[in-house]
Amino acid sequence: MTAPVPGGAVEVVDPGPLSTLQDRGRRGWAHLGVPRAGALDRGAAALARRLVGGGPDDAVVETTVGGVVLRPHRAVTLAVTGATCAVRVGERAVAHGAPVTVPAGSRVTVGPAATGVRSYVAFAGGIAVAPVLGSRATDTLAWVGPPRLTAGDLLPLGPTPALPEPPPAVVVRPRDPVLRLRRGPRADWLDEVGWSRLDGSSYAIAADSDRVGLRLTGPRMSRRAGELASEGIVLGAVQLPPSGQPVVFLADHPSTGGYPVVAVVEDDDLDACAQLRPGDQVVLRLV
Amino acid sequence: MTGVEVVEVGPRACLVEVEDALAAASLAAWLRRSGLPAEEVVPAARTVLLDGVDPGAVRDLIPQWAAQPAAPPGPVVRVAVTYAGPDLDRVADHWGCTTEAVVELHTSLEFTSTFCGFAPGFAYLAGLPADRAVPRLDSPRARVAPGSVALADTWCGIYPTASPGGWLLIGTTDAELWDVDRAEPALLAPGTRVRFEVQQ
Repeated sequence: MTAPVPGGAVEVVDPGPLSTLQDRGRRGWAHLGVPRAGALDRGAAALARRLVGGGPDDAVVETTVGGVVLRPHRAVTLAVTGATCAVRVGERAVAHGAPVTVPAGSRVTVGPAATGVRSYVAFAGGIAVAPVLGSRATDTLAWVGPPRLTAGDLLPLGPTPALPEPPPAVVVRPRDPVLRLRRGPRADWLDEVGWSRLDGSSYAIAADSDRVGLRLTGPRMSRRAGELASEGIVLGAVQLPPSGQPVVFLADHPSTGGYPVVAVVEDDDLDACAQLRPGDQVVLRLV
Repeated sequence: MTGVEVVEVGPRACLVEVEDALAAASLAAWLRRSGLPAEEVVPAARTVLLDGVDPGAVRDLIPQWAAQPAAPPGPVVRVAVTYAGPDLDRVADHWGCTTEAVVELHTSLEFTSTFCGFAPGFAYLAGLPADRAVPRLDSPRARVAPGSVALADTWCGIYPTASPGGWLLIGTTDAELWDVDRAEPALLAPGTRVRFEVQQ
Protein backbone atom coordinates (compact mmCIF):
# COMPACT_ATOMS: atom_id res chain seq x y z
CA MET A 1 0.00 0.00 0.00
CA THR A 2 2.44 2.70 -1.15
CA ALA A 3 0.81 4.17 -4.28
CA PRO A 4 -0.65 7.67 -3.78
CA VAL A 5 -4.27 7.52 -2.68
CA PRO A 6 -6.49 9.90 -4.74
CA GLY A 7 -8.67 11.26 -1.93
CA GLY A 8 -5.80 11.52 0.51
CA ALA A 9 -4.72 9.01 3.08
CA VAL A 10 -3.57 8.54 6.63
CA GLU A 11 -0.23 6.83 7.03
CA VAL A 12 0.28 4.49 9.96
CA VAL A 13 3.66 5.47 11.42
CA ASP A 14 3.52 3.22 14.49
CA PRO A 15 0.52 1.01 15.24
CA GLY A 16 1.49 0.42 18.88
CA PRO A 17 0.60 -2.92 20.47
CA LEU A 18 -2.74 -3.32 18.64
CA SER A 19 -4.59 -0.88 16.43
CA THR A 20 -7.47 -1.92 14.20
CA LEU A 21 -10.21 -0.32 12.12
CA GLN A 22 -13.66 -0.59 13.65
CA ASP A 23 -17.19 0.45 12.80
CA ARG A 24 -20.48 -0.88 14.13
CA GLY A 25 -19.53 -4.41 13.08
CA ARG A 26 -20.86 -6.94 10.59
CA ARG A 27 -24.36 -8.25 11.15
CA GLY A 28 -25.98 -11.32 9.75
CA TRP A 29 -22.98 -13.66 9.38
CA ALA A 30 -22.88 -15.36 12.79
CA HIS A 31 -24.46 -18.51 11.30
CA LEU A 32 -21.31 -18.94 9.18
CA GLY A 33 -19.02 -18.55 12.19
CA VAL A 34 -18.13 -14.89 11.62
CA PRO A 35 -17.90 -12.72 14.75
CA ARG A 36 -19.65 -9.34 14.66
CA ALA A 37 -16.56 -7.31 15.69
CA GLY A 38 -16.99 -3.52 15.79
CA ALA A 39 -15.77 -0.87 18.24
CA LEU A 40 -15.63 -2.30 21.76
CA ASP A 41 -16.54 1.03 23.39
CA ARG A 42 -19.44 1.84 21.10
CA GLY A 43 -20.28 5.12 22.81
CA ALA A 44 -16.75 6.46 22.53
CA ALA A 45 -16.48 5.49 18.85
CA ALA A 46 -19.85 7.10 18.08
CA LEU A 47 -18.77 10.29 19.86
CA ALA A 48 -15.53 10.45 17.85
CA ARG A 49 -17.50 10.11 14.60
CA ARG A 50 -19.96 12.83 15.64
CA LEU A 51 -17.14 15.22 16.57
CA VAL A 52 -15.79 15.11 13.00
CA GLY A 53 -19.24 15.24 11.36
CA GLY A 54 -19.10 11.60 10.32
CA GLY A 55 -21.90 9.14 9.73
CA PRO A 56 -22.80 6.27 12.07
CA ASP A 57 -21.11 3.68 9.86
CA ASP A 58 -17.79 5.48 9.37
CA ALA A 59 -14.75 3.42 10.29
CA VAL A 60 -12.45 4.72 13.04
CA VAL A 61 -9.11 3.58 14.43
CA GLU A 62 -9.30 1.67 17.72
CA THR A 63 -5.99 1.67 19.53
CA THR A 64 -5.10 -0.35 22.61
CA VAL A 65 -3.30 1.09 25.68
CA GLY A 66 0.04 1.85 24.01
CA GLY A 67 -1.43 4.20 21.45
CA VAL A 68 -0.80 4.88 17.79
CA VAL A 69 1.14 7.35 15.64
CA LEU A 70 -0.55 8.49 12.42
CA ARG A 71 0.34 10.96 9.66
CA PRO A 72 -2.47 12.34 7.49
CA HIS A 73 -1.19 13.15 3.99
CA ARG A 74 -3.72 15.93 3.58
CA ALA A 75 -5.27 18.49 5.93
CA VAL A 76 -8.04 16.78 7.87
CA THR A 77 -10.19 17.15 10.98
CA LEU A 78 -9.82 14.37 13.55
CA ALA A 79 -11.00 13.64 17.06
CA VAL A 80 -9.77 11.28 19.77
CA THR A 81 -12.13 9.78 22.36
CA GLY A 82 -12.30 6.75 24.65
CA ALA A 83 -9.44 5.93 27.01
CA THR A 84 -7.98 9.22 28.25
CA CYS A 85 -4.58 9.92 26.75
CA ALA A 86 -2.33 12.68 25.56
CA VAL A 87 -2.90 13.72 21.93
CA ARG A 88 -0.08 15.57 20.20
CA VAL A 89 0.15 17.12 16.76
CA GLY A 90 3.86 17.33 16.18
CA GLU A 91 5.05 18.55 19.60
CA ARG A 92 1.87 20.46 20.37
CA ALA A 93 -0.64 19.02 22.84
CA VAL A 94 -4.23 19.15 21.60
CA ALA A 95 -7.56 18.30 23.19
CA HIS A 96 -8.91 14.81 23.76
CA GLY A 97 -12.64 14.65 23.02
CA ALA A 98 -12.73 17.60 20.61
CA PRO A 99 -12.33 18.08 16.85
CA VAL A 100 -8.85 19.21 15.79
CA THR A 101 -7.91 20.21 12.25
CA VAL A 102 -4.33 19.31 11.35
CA PRO A 103 -2.26 20.28 8.31
CA ALA A 104 -1.06 17.76 5.73
CA GLY A 105 1.95 15.78 6.93
CA SER A 106 1.34 16.31 10.67
CA ARG A 107 2.57 13.62 12.98
CA VAL A 108 -0.38 12.77 15.26
CA THR A 109 0.56 10.86 18.42
CA VAL A 110 -2.26 9.29 20.41
CA GLY A 111 -1.54 7.73 23.79
CA PRO A 112 -0.40 5.84 25.69
CA ALA A 113 -3.65 5.64 27.64
CA ALA A 114 -3.63 7.24 31.10
CA THR A 115 -6.82 5.51 32.15
CA GLY A 116 -8.86 2.92 30.30
CA VAL A 117 -7.71 0.70 27.45
CA ARG A 118 -9.14 1.70 24.07
CA SER A 119 -8.99 5.12 22.42
CA TYR A 120 -10.70 5.97 19.14
CA VAL A 121 -9.43 8.23 16.36
CA ALA A 122 -12.05 9.41 13.87
CA PHE A 123 -11.23 11.36 10.71
CA ALA A 124 -13.68 13.57 8.82
CA GLY A 125 -14.75 11.45 5.84
CA GLY A 126 -14.02 8.19 7.63
CA ILE A 127 -11.45 5.55 6.69
CA ALA A 128 -12.54 4.31 3.28
CA VAL A 129 -10.91 0.88 3.00
CA ALA A 130 -12.99 -1.70 1.11
CA PRO A 131 -15.63 -3.28 3.35
CA VAL A 132 -15.54 -7.05 3.90
CA LEU A 133 -18.98 -8.67 4.24
CA GLY A 134 -20.50 -5.23 4.62
CA SER A 135 -18.20 -3.86 7.33
CA ARG A 136 -14.75 -2.32 7.76
CA ALA A 137 -14.35 -3.77 11.25
CA THR A 138 -11.44 -6.07 12.01
CA ASP A 139 -12.31 -9.18 13.96
CA THR A 140 -9.36 -10.47 15.97
CA LEU A 141 -10.72 -14.01 16.45
CA ALA A 142 -11.14 -15.23 12.87
CA TRP A 143 -9.42 -12.19 11.24
CA VAL A 144 -12.30 -11.38 8.95
CA GLY A 145 -12.06 -7.77 7.76
CA PRO A 146 -9.12 -5.44 7.13
CA PRO A 147 -5.84 -6.65 8.67
CA ARG A 148 -4.61 -5.06 11.88
CA LEU A 149 -2.71 -1.85 11.23
CA THR A 150 1.00 -2.08 10.52
CA ALA A 151 3.63 0.60 10.02
CA GLY A 152 3.56 2.00 6.49
CA ASP A 153 -0.13 1.28 5.82
CA LEU A 154 -1.90 4.04 3.91
CA LEU A 155 -5.53 4.25 4.96
CA PRO A 156 -7.64 6.03 2.32
CA LEU A 157 -9.85 8.86 3.58
CA GLY A 158 -13.45 9.20 2.44
CA PRO A 159 -14.87 12.44 1.01
CA THR A 160 -14.90 15.20 3.61
CA PRO A 161 -18.37 15.96 4.96
CA ALA A 162 -19.49 19.41 6.05
CA LEU A 163 -18.08 19.96 9.51
CA PRO A 164 -20.59 19.52 12.28
CA GLU A 165 -22.24 22.67 13.52
CA PRO A 166 -21.19 23.60 17.00
CA PRO A 167 -19.44 20.47 18.25
CA PRO A 168 -21.66 18.60 20.68
CA ALA A 169 -20.90 19.13 24.35
CA VAL A 170 -18.86 16.19 25.52
CA VAL A 171 -20.06 14.76 28.79
CA VAL A 172 -18.04 11.80 29.92
CA ARG A 173 -19.70 10.36 32.97
CA PRO A 174 -17.56 8.40 35.36
CA ARG A 175 -18.62 4.79 35.21
CA ASP A 176 -19.23 2.76 38.31
CA PRO A 177 -17.18 -0.42 38.17
CA VAL A 178 -20.38 -2.47 38.29
CA LEU A 179 -21.57 -5.01 35.75
CA ARG A 180 -25.30 -5.62 36.02
CA LEU A 181 -26.30 -9.14 35.04
CA ARG A 182 -29.51 -10.84 34.09
CA ARG A 183 -29.93 -14.56 34.49
CA GLY A 184 -29.02 -16.22 31.21
CA PRO A 185 -30.32 -19.26 29.32
CA ARG A 186 -28.27 -21.72 31.40
CA ALA A 187 -28.74 -19.98 34.75
CA ASP A 188 -29.77 -23.31 36.26
CA TRP A 189 -26.17 -24.57 35.97
CA LEU A 190 -25.52 -22.39 39.02
CA ASP A 191 -27.43 -23.24 42.20
CA GLU A 192 -29.09 -20.67 44.48
CA VAL A 193 -26.05 -20.63 46.80
CA GLY A 194 -23.90 -19.89 43.77
CA TRP A 195 -26.22 -17.08 42.67
CA SER A 196 -26.35 -15.46 46.09
CA ARG A 197 -22.56 -15.63 46.31
CA LEU A 198 -22.18 -14.08 42.86
CA ASP A 199 -24.51 -11.13 43.50
CA GLY A 200 -22.34 -8.32 44.86
CA SER A 201 -19.05 -10.18 44.50
CA SER A 202 -15.97 -8.42 43.28
CA TYR A 203 -13.90 -9.88 40.42
CA ALA A 204 -10.56 -8.81 38.99
CA ILE A 205 -9.94 -8.41 35.27
CA ALA A 206 -7.46 -11.08 34.15
CA ALA A 207 -4.43 -10.25 32.00
CA ASP A 208 -5.56 -12.42 29.07
CA SER A 209 -8.70 -10.34 28.52
CA ASP A 210 -9.04 -9.06 24.96
CA ARG A 211 -11.58 -8.11 22.30
CA VAL A 212 -12.98 -11.65 22.46
CA GLY A 213 -13.79 -11.56 26.14
CA LEU A 214 -13.22 -10.12 29.55
CA ARG A 215 -11.86 -12.85 31.77
CA LEU A 216 -12.74 -12.45 35.43
CA THR A 217 -10.90 -13.85 38.44
CA GLY A 218 -12.49 -14.06 41.85
CA PRO A 219 -14.72 -16.29 43.93
CA ARG A 220 -15.13 -19.61 42.12
CA MET A 221 -18.69 -20.07 40.88
CA SER A 222 -19.33 -23.74 41.35
CA ARG A 223 -21.50 -25.00 38.55
CA ARG A 224 -23.18 -28.25 37.72
CA ALA A 225 -20.88 -30.81 36.15
CA GLY A 226 -21.56 -32.03 32.64
CA GLU A 227 -21.38 -30.92 29.08
CA LEU A 228 -23.60 -28.80 26.93
CA ALA A 229 -23.92 -29.06 23.15
CA SER A 230 -22.50 -25.99 21.39
CA GLU A 231 -25.02 -23.18 21.05
CA GLY A 232 -25.18 -19.62 19.73
CA ILE A 233 -23.70 -16.85 21.86
CA VAL A 234 -24.69 -13.18 22.20
CA LEU A 235 -22.62 -10.10 22.95
CA GLY A 236 -22.34 -9.78 26.75
CA ALA A 237 -22.94 -13.47 27.43
CA VAL A 238 -21.31 -14.62 30.68
CA GLN A 239 -19.94 -18.08 30.07
CA LEU A 240 -18.90 -20.32 32.92
CA PRO A 241 -16.16 -22.83 32.10
CA PRO A 242 -15.41 -25.72 34.50
CA SER A 243 -12.80 -23.50 36.22
CA GLY A 244 -15.69 -21.49 37.70
CA GLN A 245 -14.07 -18.24 36.56
CA PRO A 246 -16.53 -16.38 34.32
CA VAL A 247 -15.84 -14.90 30.88
CA VAL A 248 -17.85 -11.94 29.55
CA PHE A 249 -18.00 -12.22 25.77
CA LEU A 250 -17.24 -9.01 23.85
CA ALA A 251 -17.44 -8.02 20.17
CA ASP A 252 -15.08 -10.68 18.72
CA HIS A 253 -16.66 -13.61 20.58
CA PRO A 254 -17.05 -16.93 18.75
CA SER A 255 -20.52 -17.34 17.28
CA THR A 256 -21.11 -20.61 19.15
CA GLY A 257 -19.70 -22.13 22.31
CA GLY A 258 -20.12 -25.15 24.52
CA TYR A 259 -19.87 -23.77 28.06
CA PRO A 260 -23.09 -22.72 29.78
CA VAL A 261 -24.09 -19.05 29.53
CA VAL A 262 -25.34 -18.44 33.07
CA ALA A 263 -25.91 -14.69 32.74
CA VAL A 264 -25.96 -11.80 30.27
CA VAL A 265 -24.44 -8.38 31.01
CA GLU A 266 -26.81 -5.43 30.56
CA ASP A 267 -26.13 -3.77 27.21
CA ASP A 268 -25.50 -0.36 28.84
CA ASP A 269 -22.59 -1.81 30.83
CA LEU A 270 -20.72 -3.30 27.86
CA ASP A 271 -18.88 -0.11 26.89
CA ALA A 272 -17.33 -0.06 30.37
CA CYS A 273 -15.97 -3.57 29.70
CA ALA A 274 -13.92 -2.11 26.84
CA GLN A 275 -12.04 0.16 29.23
CA LEU A 276 -11.31 -2.19 32.16
CA ARG A 277 -7.64 -2.97 32.65
CA PRO A 278 -6.07 -6.16 33.95
CA GLY A 279 -6.17 -5.94 37.74
CA ASP A 280 -9.17 -3.57 37.83
CA GLN A 281 -12.00 -4.76 40.05
CA VAL A 282 -15.65 -5.00 39.02
CA VAL A 283 -18.67 -5.81 41.13
CA LEU A 284 -21.23 -8.17 39.63
CA ARG A 285 -24.81 -7.28 40.47
CA LEU A 286 -27.89 -9.29 39.61
CA VAL A 287 -30.85 -7.26 38.30
CA MET B 1 -43.63 -31.29 17.47
CA THR B 2 -42.32 -32.08 20.92
CA GLY B 3 -39.48 -30.63 22.91
CA VAL B 4 -39.50 -27.10 21.48
CA GLU B 5 -38.65 -24.57 24.19
CA VAL B 6 -37.92 -20.85 23.93
CA VAL B 7 -35.34 -19.66 26.47
CA GLU B 8 -34.56 -15.96 26.85
CA VAL B 9 -30.99 -14.75 26.43
CA GLY B 10 -31.22 -11.23 27.85
CA PRO B 11 -33.99 -8.87 26.73
CA ARG B 12 -33.48 -9.09 22.97
CA ALA B 13 -32.38 -12.62 22.13
CA CYS B 14 -33.54 -16.16 22.72
CA LEU B 15 -32.58 -19.78 22.14
CA VAL B 16 -35.13 -22.13 20.64
CA GLU B 17 -34.37 -25.67 21.81
CA VAL B 18 -35.11 -28.54 19.45
CA GLU B 19 -34.37 -32.27 19.14
CA ASP B 20 -31.13 -32.29 17.19
CA ALA B 21 -28.93 -30.46 14.67
CA LEU B 22 -31.07 -31.39 11.66
CA ALA B 23 -34.15 -29.97 13.37
CA ALA B 24 -32.16 -26.84 14.25
CA ALA B 25 -31.05 -26.38 10.63
CA SER B 26 -34.60 -26.86 9.41
CA LEU B 27 -36.03 -24.44 11.99
CA ALA B 28 -33.34 -21.87 11.17
CA ALA B 29 -34.22 -22.07 7.46
CA TRP B 30 -37.91 -21.70 8.28
CA LEU B 31 -37.28 -18.72 10.59
CA ARG B 32 -35.32 -16.97 7.84
CA ARG B 33 -38.25 -17.41 5.47
CA SER B 34 -40.76 -16.32 8.14
CA GLY B 35 -39.80 -12.66 7.86
CA LEU B 36 -38.98 -12.43 11.58
CA PRO B 37 -36.69 -9.36 11.78
CA ALA B 38 -33.74 -11.03 13.53
CA GLU B 39 -30.19 -9.70 13.21
CA GLU B 40 -28.76 -13.18 13.55
CA VAL B 41 -30.24 -16.68 13.17
CA VAL B 42 -27.64 -19.16 14.44
CA PRO B 43 -28.43 -22.87 14.32
CA ALA B 44 -26.26 -25.15 16.48
CA ALA B 45 -26.29 -28.73 17.78
CA ARG B 46 -29.67 -28.57 19.54
CA THR B 47 -30.69 -24.92 19.45
CA VAL B 48 -31.32 -21.95 17.19
CA LEU B 49 -30.20 -18.58 18.56
CA LEU B 50 -32.22 -15.57 17.49
CA ASP B 51 -30.39 -12.32 18.24
CA GLY B 52 -31.96 -8.88 17.92
CA VAL B 53 -35.55 -10.05 18.44
CA ASP B 54 -38.37 -9.76 20.93
CA PRO B 55 -38.46 -13.18 22.63
CA GLY B 56 -42.24 -12.83 23.01
CA ALA B 57 -42.67 -12.55 19.25
CA VAL B 58 -40.62 -15.75 18.82
CA ARG B 59 -42.81 -17.56 21.36
CA ASP B 60 -45.87 -16.52 19.35
CA LEU B 61 -44.30 -17.65 16.07
CA ILE B 62 -42.88 -21.05 17.02
CA PRO B 63 -46.19 -22.99 17.19
CA GLN B 64 -46.62 -22.27 13.47
CA TRP B 65 -43.38 -24.14 12.78
CA ALA B 66 -44.79 -27.29 14.33
CA ALA B 67 -47.44 -27.27 11.63
CA GLN B 68 -45.00 -26.80 8.77
CA PRO B 69 -43.80 -29.60 6.53
CA ALA B 70 -40.04 -30.28 6.55
CA ALA B 71 -37.88 -27.60 4.98
CA PRO B 72 -37.16 -28.11 1.29
CA PRO B 73 -33.81 -29.81 0.83
CA GLY B 74 -30.88 -27.48 0.20
CA PRO B 75 -28.57 -27.48 -2.83
CA VAL B 76 -26.16 -30.39 -3.34
CA VAL B 77 -22.43 -29.65 -3.38
CA ARG B 78 -19.98 -32.30 -4.61
CA VAL B 79 -16.62 -32.31 -2.87
CA ALA B 80 -13.71 -34.23 -4.42
CA VAL B 81 -11.40 -35.73 -1.80
CA THR B 82 -7.95 -37.30 -1.91
CA TYR B 83 -8.37 -40.00 0.72
CA ALA B 84 -4.86 -40.17 2.18
CA GLY B 85 -5.33 -38.59 5.62
CA PRO B 86 -3.03 -39.58 8.50
CA ASP B 87 -5.97 -41.02 10.49
CA LEU B 88 -7.54 -43.12 7.74
CA ASP B 89 -6.12 -46.32 9.30
CA ARG B 90 -7.37 -45.29 12.71
CA VAL B 91 -10.90 -44.79 11.37
CA ALA B 92 -10.71 -48.17 9.63
CA ASP B 93 -9.68 -49.75 12.98
CA HIS B 94 -12.63 -48.13 14.76
CA TRP B 95 -15.03 -49.35 12.12
CA GLY B 96 -13.41 -52.77 11.87
CA CYS B 97 -12.97 -52.53 8.12
CA THR B 98 -10.40 -51.72 5.44
CA THR B 99 -9.45 -48.17 4.46
CA GLU B 100 -11.07 -48.88 1.08
CA ALA B 101 -14.34 -49.59 2.91
CA VAL B 102 -14.00 -46.29 4.82
CA VAL B 103 -13.75 -44.44 1.51
CA GLU B 104 -16.62 -46.44 0.09
CA LEU B 105 -18.91 -45.58 2.99
CA HIS B 106 -17.88 -41.93 3.12
CA THR B 107 -18.59 -41.47 -0.59
CA SER B 108 -21.92 -43.32 -0.40
CA LEU B 109 -23.54 -41.10 2.25
CA GLU B 110 -25.37 -37.83 1.82
CA PHE B 111 -24.32 -35.31 4.47
CA THR B 112 -26.21 -32.17 5.48
CA SER B 113 -24.57 -28.99 6.74
CA THR B 114 -26.41 -28.35 9.99
CA PHE B 115 -24.47 -25.39 11.38
CA CYS B 116 -21.18 -23.53 11.11
CA GLY B 117 -18.83 -22.56 13.90
CA PHE B 118 -15.28 -22.91 15.18
CA ALA B 119 -13.97 -20.94 12.17
CA PRO B 120 -15.71 -19.06 9.32
CA GLY B 121 -16.92 -21.63 6.83
CA PHE B 122 -16.38 -24.67 9.07
CA ALA B 123 -19.61 -26.68 8.72
CA TYR B 124 -20.79 -29.47 10.99
CA LEU B 125 -21.95 -32.10 8.50
CA ALA B 126 -24.48 -34.63 9.80
CA GLY B 127 -25.01 -37.97 8.10
CA LEU B 128 -22.63 -40.50 9.62
CA PRO B 129 -24.63 -43.35 11.24
CA ALA B 130 -24.45 -43.52 15.06
CA ASP B 131 -22.56 -46.85 14.92
CA ARG B 132 -19.77 -45.14 12.92
CA ALA B 133 -19.03 -42.52 15.59
CA VAL B 134 -15.29 -41.97 16.13
CA PRO B 135 -13.47 -40.32 19.04
CA ARG B 136 -11.40 -37.16 18.80
CA LEU B 137 -7.63 -37.35 19.24
CA ASP B 138 -6.53 -37.40 22.90
CA SER B 139 -4.30 -34.47 22.15
CA PRO B 140 -5.23 -32.11 19.30
CA ARG B 141 -2.76 -31.46 16.49
CA ALA B 142 -1.19 -28.01 16.65
CA ARG B 143 -1.80 -27.52 12.95
CA VAL B 144 -4.30 -29.12 10.64
CA ALA B 145 -3.80 -28.23 6.96
CA PRO B 146 -6.57 -26.26 5.21
CA GLY B 147 -8.88 -28.50 3.19
CA SER B 148 -8.48 -31.44 5.60
CA VAL B 149 -11.57 -33.66 5.63
CA ALA B 150 -12.14 -34.96 9.15
CA LEU B 151 -14.45 -36.99 11.36
CA ALA B 152 -15.36 -36.68 15.05
CA ASP B 153 -18.24 -38.36 16.83
CA THR B 154 -20.86 -38.65 14.05
CA TRP B 155 -19.78 -35.35 12.46
CA CYS B 156 -17.81 -34.75 9.31
CA GLY B 157 -16.08 -31.42 8.76
CA ILE B 158 -13.57 -29.73 6.47
CA TYR B 159 -11.04 -27.30 7.92
CA PRO B 160 -11.29 -24.08 5.85
CA THR B 161 -8.03 -22.63 7.16
CA ALA B 162 -4.98 -23.97 8.97
CA SER B 163 -5.82 -24.34 12.65
CA PRO B 164 -5.30 -26.60 15.64
CA GLY B 165 -7.67 -29.56 15.56
CA GLY B 166 -8.51 -32.84 17.22
CA TRP B 167 -10.68 -34.50 14.57
CA LEU B 168 -9.53 -37.61 12.70
CA LEU B 169 -8.18 -36.66 9.27
CA ILE B 170 -9.21 -38.94 6.41
CA GLY B 171 -8.32 -36.83 3.37
CA THR B 172 -7.94 -33.44 1.75
CA THR B 173 -9.87 -31.37 -0.77
CA ASP B 174 -9.08 -28.36 -2.95
CA ALA B 175 -12.65 -27.07 -2.65
CA GLU B 176 -12.78 -23.33 -1.85
CA LEU B 177 -14.69 -23.47 1.44
CA TRP B 178 -14.60 -19.80 2.38
CA ASP B 179 -14.38 -16.77 0.12
CA VAL B 180 -15.62 -13.40 1.37
CA ASP B 181 -15.91 -12.16 -2.21
CA ARG B 182 -18.60 -14.72 -3.08
CA ALA B 183 -22.28 -13.80 -2.57
CA GLU B 184 -22.48 -16.89 -0.33
CA PRO B 185 -19.02 -16.91 1.33
CA ALA B 186 -19.40 -20.37 2.88
CA LEU B 187 -19.49 -23.27 0.38
CA LEU B 188 -21.23 -25.42 2.99
CA ALA B 189 -23.74 -22.97 4.50
CA PRO B 190 -26.33 -24.55 6.81
CA GLY B 191 -28.87 -26.58 4.84
CA THR B 192 -26.45 -27.48 2.03
CA ARG B 193 -26.30 -31.21 1.19
CA VAL B 194 -22.85 -32.64 0.57
CA ARG B 195 -21.70 -35.67 -1.45
CA PHE B 196 -18.06 -36.66 -1.27
CA GLU B 197 -16.33 -38.30 -4.23
CA VAL B 198 -12.86 -39.68 -4.87
CA GLN B 199 -10.57 -37.11 -6.52
CA GLN B 200 -9.69 -38.47 -9.96
